[in-house]
Amino acid sequence: MEQLNAVNDFVVRFANVNGTGSASANNMFAKAIFRMGIPMSPKNIFPSNIQGLPTWYEVRISEKGYLGRREGIDLMVCVNPQSMAEDVASVKPGGYFLYDNTKKLHPQFIREDIHYIGIPMTDMVMHQYSDPRQRQLFKNVVYVGALSALLDIEFEVLAGIIRDQFKKKEKLIAPNIKALELGLHFIHKHYDYPLDIRLERRDSVKDSILIDGNTACALGAIYGGATVAAWYPITPSTSVVSAFGKYVSKLRIDPETGKRKFAIVQAEDELAAMGVVIGATWNGARSFTATSGPGVSLMSEFLGLAYFAEIPAVLINVQRGGPSTGMPTRTQQPDILSSAYASHGDTKHILLFPSTPAECFELTASAFDLADRFQTPILVMSDLDLGMNEHMSPPLAWDDSRRYDRGKVLSAEELEKLERFGRYLDVDGDGICYRTIPGTHPTKGSYFTRGTSKDEYAKYTENGDAYVRNVDRLARKWETAKQAVPPPELYQSENRNAYGIIFFGTTTYAALEAMDLLREKGVELDAMRIRSFPFNETVLQFIEQHEKVFVIEQNRDAQMRSLLVNELEVAPKQLIPILNYDGKPIPADTIEQQIAKTFNSETRKDDLHKAQVPAS
Amino acid sequence: MTYIKPRFRHPELPKNKIGYAKADYEGAISTLCAGCGHDSISGAIVQACYELSIEPHRLAKLSGIGCSSKTPTYFLSNSHGFNTVHGRMPSIATGAYLANRELIYLGVSGDGDSASIGMGQFVHAVRRNVNMVYIVMNNGCYGLTKGQHSATADLGAQSKTGSVNPFPSIDLVGLALELGATFVGRSFSGDKTQLVPLIKAAMSHPGFALLDVISPCVTFNNQSKSTKSYDYVRAHLEATATIDFVPHKEEIRVDYHPGHSASVELHDGSVIQLHKLAPHWDPTDRNSAVTRLQESKIKGEILTGLLYIDPESQGLHDLEQTVPQALNTLQEEDLNPGAKLLDEINESFR
Repeated sequence: MEQLNAVNDFVVRFANVNGTGSASANNMFAKAIFRMGIPMSPKNIFPSNIQGLPTWYEVRISEKGYLGRREGIDLMVCVNPQSMAEDVASVKPGGYFLYDNTKKLHPQFIREDIHYIGIPMTDMVMHQYSDPRQRQLFKNVVYVGALSALLDIEFEVLAGIIRDQFKKKEKLIAPNIKALELGLHFIHKHYDYPLDIRLERRDSVKDSILIDGNTACALGAIYGGATVAAWYPITPSTSVVSAFGKYVSKLRIDPETGKRKFAIVQAEDELAAMGVVIGATWNGARSFTATSGPGVSLMSEFLGLAYFAEIPAVLINVQRGGPSTGMPTRTQQPDILSSAYASHGDTKHILLFPSTPAECFELTASAFDLADRFQTPILVMSDLDLGMNEHMSPPLAWDDSRRYDRGKVLSAEELEKLERFGRYLDVDGDGICYRTIPGTHPTKGSYFTRGTSKDEYAKYTENGDAYVRNVDRLARKWETAKQAVPPPELYQSENRNAYGIIFFGTTTYAALEAMDLLREKGVELDAMRIRSFPFNETVLQFIEQHEKVFVIEQNRDAQMRSLLVNELEVAPKQLIPILNYDGKPIPADTIEQQIAKTFNSETRKDDLHKAQVPAS
Repeated sequence: MTYIKPRFRHPELPKNKIGYAKADYEGAISTLCAGCGHDSISGAIVQACYELSIEPHRLAKLSGIGCSSKTPTYFLSNSHGFNTVHGRMPSIATGAYLANRELIYLGVSGDGDSASIGMGQFVHAVRRNVNMVYIVMNNGCYGLTKGQHSATADLGAQSKTGSVNPFPSIDLVGLALELGATFVGRSFSGDKTQLVPLIKAAMSHPGFALLDVISPCVTFNNQSKSTKSYDYVRAHLEATATIDFVPHKEEIRVDYHPGHSASVELHDGSVIQLHKLAPHWDPTDRNSAVTRLQESKIKGEILTGLLYIDPESQGLHDLEQTVPQALNTLQEEDLNPGAKLLDEINESFR
């Protein structure tokens, strides 16, 4: 049989039944590896269901720090008979299949090229615990205990996690540790251990944290000064506002009165959620919503209003598989175009693309400054993978000397000095006008906010010249924004190669790994990570400096590529799409294989072309 | 006619307690049809704000889309206004109110805006008890698109083009009562004596105050077979009571005949005086309001006046237990927990 022989470099997948409490046991497994200083990346692959359907949890362990998905399962922990056929088939040759052998495994699940590790988990918990719910929960802990022996997870690290988790429910600590020991001792007694895939303590995670992007966005909103959150529940964005609620109830309560320095509205639908945000920001508070593709469709009407009436707003779009209801619990990057151009008429919106939780925090906090500065909606483009999975991330960072940028807002004193206030008058020539907050001054600064066409003084007009002046100024504001949004990240100090790749958001992990894989094969690429839309000059330069550029994204229609072609007027043939849209996070090998294939055929074409050109 | 409103003011115009003349509460010249009921409602709003001595800049006026929603241009020029999108004013008003609880919020909507496209938002603003006055200028038809029936058009009502409405009407007042609204009134654009004190009372009410104001459309819905025409409405009006609104600390002068009057004291100390009470009706009893409303519907009457008030009403901010100061005045020190706390948060994720 094939030998895997891997230290700190393998993939473990758990196959569970949704709603059986497996998540906390699986999280414990991942966290233990993290606390042993080894880089790893967990992914939940879950159904749109409360209880009963198959759910998977996949942990990639990578000493080199590759955090993207990798195909091929080294160890499968299978506690779900429903998905067993698929689960057995997904194990790599030489890999391991750990299962509950309380019932004998059906011969159809036997493969000659993998190892089987049977543990009578149901039997063990039946004898140990009397409460049926506890039996179910502890069965999960038993397999974690078994894994600690099989993979060399430090037992004390697992026990420490249990102690932390049940700090406030101390009586649960002992039975949990007991369940770990049951699994551990069973392996000690019946199997050789550790396996030829195993863990060794390292010091590679440094000061990293293990956090999901939605929580990081929520904290970004708190640090960014949001006081009004309005939302409508939708997977995979729901936990943004729940995390916001959890932290503000600790961080934003007046210590003397117990009163809240925030308001959260669970609206009747996404339309209303966006309306509440716009009402609050129009009135001078910082406010945000979190939603996903279907919500963005509903919010489009208000996004157009906010764009045209020039009202700040922050929308966190945790993307999921579309179109329509699509794949609600699977990841994609399918809302690039619908977010960039949300709403009818000539409308465009500023987009930010975080790729790590630390960036979710930073870009959400910055989104409030950008929204105030440009008086327009800012969409933070996260996705299910980034938002709902835990990621090893640099710590969240805040500099106390940083001040909010509230943009061009006139105070009562400033209004007093002003002869005539023009809400849509471009005083500074940058396309950004001065605004006033209702209630500021008794006789100056009031105006009528509207989604209809207006002149510089906010007066309704259908005069063509006034209309053109206004929308052209909005275009000027858009140009100003190009200089203010986060620039792309370049992965070379200078562009050296003929070919480049562009990626953004959660595609980053896999793209960087794919670059290493390609380098091993002699393919060198320059790389750029887009962090915002509108694209600034660097984005155009990068494309212009390369013959061909691969654009990696997680949707069918290569939407980022379309946006680049449309906005930068680059030749469509110069941008080659590399796509993955099956709803699972894009793996590095997919990118590597697609690029290698295209690369080979492109270079052949070039060679052929050169051969056909007669030598001068 | 003139299209320019003169800014000349007679120096001896009467002033209210804060030194503002009535003209200070006016807006631009209306572009609605001559004789439109909506203009009378705008006039009543101006009168109410003048009498209440509201500082215009401490009031925000919001509307949706439609003839009714154009009216905020025609009153309170010194107030901030927001002409939102069709049927979505309630959510904007909710957000605005959450940002700053210190302003007075006056929402203006129509029957299309509230009873059709915006029904969802209207219902939920009522349910949340957003502290605002919500005036529906109700003419039973879509004016700007030339007179189609709206959802408040009565069953069998005939439009100007002759089409007969085959559907029962939605009664926003009855609906609001069912939803638990804390202030429900109905009036008629042609009855300023009733409307002005109703608006004043609504503005003093801490919660969502609905005023459904029948406002005939002179152009598209004032014909003989309409049930929202001036003639029809005048002929079928039935008032619960006439109303006096007495602001806080003002002496109550009128003495009513016992048995024919009642008074409701509001949280801020102001008092609503009601006299010539309708039989079997108590303004603070929701059930009696629902019953009375049903009775008049059966009789073919349009019941007007204050129908229901909950003197114990608590607005959304109180329900949400927010701090007493406006959220939009909180400063970075209040909002940002700082780097040290973030380190602790980071530690909890290791």
